[in-house]
Amino acid sequence: MVLDDPGLKHGAASPQARSDAPWQHDKNKDELEHIGKPIRKVDARSKVSGLTQYADDLTMPRMLHMKLLRSTMAHAELAHIDTSKAAEVPGVKGILTGKDMPMPFGILPVSQDEHALCPDHVRFVGDPIVAIAATEEEIAWDACRLVEVDYRELRTIGGVHEAAANEEPRLHDYGVRGNIHRLENLEFGDLADGFERADHIREDTFWFEGNTHLPLEQHASLAHFDKDGKLTIWSSTQTPHYLHRALARVLHPLPANRIRVIATPHGGGFGGKSDPFNHEICAAKMSMLTGRPVKVVLTREEVFWCHRGRHPVLMRSKIGVSKTGRITALDFHSFLDGGAYGSYGTASTFYTGALQTVTYAVENYHFRGARFFTNKAPCGPKRGHGTVQPRFALEVQLDKVACDLGIDPAKLRLDNLAPRESVTANYLRIGSMGLGACIEKVVEGSGWHERRGKKEVTKDGRIRGLGLACSSYLSGAGLPIYWNGMPHSGVQLQLDRSGLCTVFCGSTDIGQGSDSVLGWIVGEVLGINPLDIKVVTGDTDLTPVDLGSYSSRVTVMTGNAAMQAAERAREIVAKGVAKKIEVPASRLVFAEGRVFDAEDPETGMTFMEAVGIAEAQLGTIGTVGSYTPPKSAAKFRGGGVGPSPSYSYSATVVEVEVDPETGIYRVPKVWMAHDIGRALNPAIAMGQIEGSIYMGLGEAMMEEMAYRDRSHKGQRIFLHKIPSMLEYKSPSTLEMPDCVTYMIEDPDKNGPFGAKEVGQGPLLPIMPAVANAVFDAVDVRVDENPISCEKVFAAIQAKNEGKDARFGPALDATGIPDVDFGESLRIKTPWQGGDGTASNAPSRTKKAKK
Amino acid sequence: MLRLPKFAYHTPKDAVEAVRIAKQYGKEAMYVAGGTDLYPNMKRRHQTPQQVISLRDVPELHSMEVLPDGRLQIGAMVTLTTLEHYPHLLAHYKGFAHAVREISTPLLRNMGTIGGNLLLDTRCTYYDQSHEWRESIDYCMKKDGAICWVAPGSPRCWAVQSSDTVPVVCAMEAEIEFADEGGLRTLKADDLYQDDGIQYLTKKPEELLTKITLPAPGNWKASYLKLRRRDTYDFPVLGVGACLWFAEDGTIEKANVRLGGIGSYAMPATATEKLLVGKKLTDELIADAGAAAMKPARTMDNTDLDVYWRKKVAPIYVARALKACL
Amino acid sequence: MSELNKVLATFQVNGEPHEVAFVPHKTLLEVLREEMALTGTKHGCELGECGTCTVQIGGMPVLSCLVLAVDAVGKDVRTVEGLAIGSDLAPLQDCMADLGGAQCGYCTPGVLMAADALLKDNTRPTRDEIKEALAGNLCRCTGYIKIFEAIELAAARMRGEDAEPSKESIYGS
Repeated sequence: MVLDDPGLKHGAASPQARSDAPWQHDKNKDELEHIGKPIRKVDARSKVSGLTQYADDLTMPRMLHMKLLRSTMAHAELAHIDTSKAAEVPGVKGILTGKDMPMPFGILPVSQDEHALCPDHVRFVGDPIVAIAATEEEIAWDACRLVEVDYRELRTIGGVHEAAANEEPRLHDYGVRGNIHRLENLEFGDLADGFERADHIREDTFWFEGNTHLPLEQHASLAHFDKDGKLTIWSSTQTPHYLHRALARVLHPLPANRIRVIATPHGGGFGGKSDPFNHEICAAKMSMLTGRPVKVVLTREEVFWCHRGRHPVLMRSKIGVSKTGRITALDFHSFLDGGAYGSYGTASTFYTGALQTVTYAVENYHFRGARFFTNKAPCGPKRGHGTVQPRFALEVQLDKVACDLGIDPAKLRLDNLAPRESVTANYLRIGSMGLGACIEKVVEGSGWHERRGKKEVTKDGRIRGLGLACSSYLSGAGLPIYWNGMPHSGVQLQLDRSGLCTVFCGSTDIGQGSDSVLGWIVGEVLGINPLDIKVVTGDTDLTPVDLGSYSSRVTVMTGNAAMQAAERAREIVAKGVAKKIEVPASRLVFAEGRVFDAEDPETGMTFMEAVGIAEAQLGTIGTVGSYTPPKSAAKFRGGGVGPSPSYSYSATVVEVEVDPETGIYRVPKVWMAHDIGRALNPAIAMGQIEGSIYMGLGEAMMEEMAYRDRSHKGQRIFLHKIPSMLEYKSPSTLEMPDCVTYMIEDPDKNGPFGAKEVGQGPLLPIMPAVANAVFDAVDVRVDENPISCEKVFAAIQAKNEGKDARFGPALDATGIPDVDFGESLRIKTPWQGGDGTASNAPSRTKKAKK
Repeated sequence: MLRLPKFAYHTPKDAVEAVRIAKQYGKEAMYVAGGTDLYPNMKRRHQTPQQVISLRDVPELHSMEVLPDGRLQIGAMVTLTTLEHYPHLLAHYKGFAHAVREISTPLLRNMGTIGGNLLLDTRCTYYDQSHEWRESIDYCMKKDGAICWVAPGSPRCWAVQSSDTVPVVCAMEAEIEFADEGGLRTLKADDLYQDDGIQYLTKKPEELLTKITLPAPGNWKASYLKLRRRDTYDFPVLGVGACLWFAEDGTIEKANVRLGGIGSYAMPATATEKLLVGKKLTDELIADAGAAAMKPARTMDNTDLDVYWRKKVAPIYVARALKACL
Repeated sequence: MSELNKVLATFQVNGEPHEVAFVPHKTLLEVLREEMALTGTKHGCELGECGTCTVQIGGMPVLSCLVLAVDAVGKDVRTVEGLAIGSDLAPLQDCMADLGGAQCGYCTPGVLMAADALLKDNTRPTRDEIKEALAGNLCRCTGYIKIFEAIELAAARMRGEDAEPSKESIYGS
């Protein structure tokens, strides 16, 4: 494999579909009937009518209400738990403690480190200890207040520096050593040579504070263990399949085939409902204990304790570039504050190093990542999982490089674009790649060349600035959460003589419209109205396994599975019809609710009649489709995180208006271009892009998981500072800027009809673009996210005092923890003749040097 | 779901009956107007009155009228939305009307009342938390605990005055009327508040706030400027209420500047006031007067936004509030 | 009603009488959802901080989590379930459905009730007026833009105009 000169490649994104695209033999874009049209989502009507039934809207006769008593200490051993007073409260029907569910669980097989209720060790304020079910929610709450918990305090580990410095006490008895959960050290190519050849090298340190999903729906579950010995749980989960596995594990010996998980319509996920949760398992167990349905609805504060949000990450990035700004080497360190449990953290760690190479051609790349356990609510996947923080660092650093070299930041990026149809230094396979077109769109739309650096002053004395940043994201993770060779997504399709088409799929609509994706694709293939199709999803009893709504995998993976099932169904129906009307099956067209002869459209019948004919000839019609992503080119350990069937690309220009006296800024306008491959439904895709801009701006301007750190009577108090809707700041209508959105359609061969992801990618470039825009306006760098007004102010003050016009973590050795990453795993790049394997195999249990 | 604790609900038909019920139950009783401050607090168990006395049916609290001498009298139960759309207010009391508009969200203003806003509980990031959260820090002295987390050595509570209207009505020298068993009494707005996060009001618990009276339009101009993170929802982390009385030639005869959101009451910026009196409002004077507010702006780490930054921008906000009086 | 006993009262919700017995410390939110099975009204914080539980009382949008049920007795209460006319969606609902203004749909009932009240008072709201009217309704999915566009489109259609969404709002620029 030869690395093309990326400089020549930019903007080469071809609008034409390639001939190897599997959908192309079928219909050309102009002929598509439903795909690419702004049709309603299949569930739109019920959602605007208030008739959609979310988990908390469900009730059952004799239903009990459950509350969890949670730890009030950040780190402690549980010496004793006395629930006797709670048990005496009239109305209390069941009490569970850790000993009732001793089997640990966790989303990843390598980190089965959670308990449904902590048996003997609590690791953050909010860790659950006791579950109580009662006839009324208030009774359960009151009874929780009567439980006596005797804590034995342990030293609290408050962040990455503390975790690196204190090997004891350990939060967990697994991991690398001390409180280090993961250490990764991957070296692709020849770093020394890359820096040797660089004309300019700079090193920066960045901090990205954690933030959370803040779904409007508080997590809720209803569990019912019926008299036939079968358990059903309705839950606001993004991953019913993984919850099913966790329940089977903890509730053993209850077999998995007696457990049914139904993912209810979802009041917001963003990654926050992708783990199996304590309250879900407790509700199930409580129903088994009491023989009654049990509902649990978390309070807003408990939603903050569930968290699994953005990791706080400290980063040091050293970049080498040529005179013309071409990247010759990148040496990237990330230090993740993982919180109390593993969650998806292993994947998160790898993701902080995976996608830097997918936007820009990095010739030589060294990534070192460390994840620590700390006494905070556990971090996990939030929209953009793990790639958001390094993207912030890289895009701000590139802006600085451009500034150092006197090159336009847009040109610098265009000159470094990773080529389409290539393999990166870390063996990620890029297919379609429309970033060049994205950059050109936002540069043109925003008047970048004319307006940047002009420091226009608004009527109220604010200074305008423009900032640009880019990003890329996966269209689904290439590997499942647990190792298996089975499909990632399965679809069953049923047709009957009524003309009804029902699609069954284990996928979960979290508001992004994945149920509708199934309808649109099947409707397109079979030529029927998507709103006539019945979609049944997220039910482990009824629907084939789909891994869940995470990693932007649903459109590509379930879409491909649905397409396969629909094509097979079409083949069956066509066979029947062809025989009946004596026309070759290959000449039949499925469109407008009819099946007809392409050469004589009058000859044909309704879809309903066609299905009846086929059913009469061939028997009951049912088909299946499934999807497994292409095999990765990476064969080294750790190469499993990052590969994807395709990558989306985004570029944005953000405009800010900064008050130089206070540092307060507003964002009046954002230009966003997203390479979506193809928009299956443009209106819905636009909504995903606008929602990503919104969430990105929240992260950039105000959102953070801030902690209180105090001591009291010799005890450390360490807990979330602001676990409320009011004080965890989420932008309102008044903060939302005008958005100019461009969708770049460059169909990808791995996507259904060429589609790539859209739900996460456009969030990524917002934060660095804001930081870069602030610099354009007032010449100060904020190397931390959120880019809050206080930090902008502090940087302006530093500038006015003649100091470094920057706010951020220390640039010297004290800025990052002293961690021995051990020997790197060395992998030759494709252009060095590498084959995706490592040339060495360093020991995994290397001890720290003292 | 967070739920209210149990209580009995009273709906007296006039102020006398309301006061009688309050007196009868003493500490067990609390008045409720719009409920937007009290009910969240009750759900978090800050206040747990067993007797809640609603003022919804007390007709005299719902009135609003311009008195013969030109003063504007507003009943305690008048909602903030009604006020913000009242043409007389928009025409003659721009600073006050602006403060009303700055309160929380339109939905809250549809429910919240001027009386409730004037008596808004003081706020603190260690206090405005759930029962469970407060249990984790062993509570604070404002509710259930012994310590002030903001200043652990302090014998007093430092919870913050957080009403948007209070700084400006204090600056305007509005008058507030109360009903008690003994009849009615009127206080200058400043005299209703005191510098203590717990005992932030000088009134007796059973005293019923009935009306607020704004001075007649005249040779004065008032303004309000609010600092907060978002342009909606958020309480002030600094609320500057200013009122300047001008002589005919533009000389400032009297100046009241109150700083909300930083102390337990709307704190007078005395040095700023002194600088202003006897002078004309020039850009230079505005800057100096703003700078003079740095000292009283003793911000503490008990609200949103960085404590140091809030202190630094206080003079800028004071200056801008004064400019709005031009 | 000074005792803790249950109150028996008849509510007018969406023009229909609902006779319910409830304790006086119940909020309208609890009574709507738990006693009348009107679960279209959602909740996200129960402290008046998110807007999810917005309903109308006498045409005025308020937060049902902070209204006592007893205070809503005898008043004209309207919830999201009362917006549709028979089986036909109201224009506002139609436009929200067409533009994808409801993603997860959890803020949607509250947004609809606030927007419906706005359109009653103002048949031609500007973008800024819409933003202001919805400044108490958080949405984490949409970035609000499809909601704003849906309200503008609905307003135009309610004025009798033959309005369509702009090309840019559907296909991008």
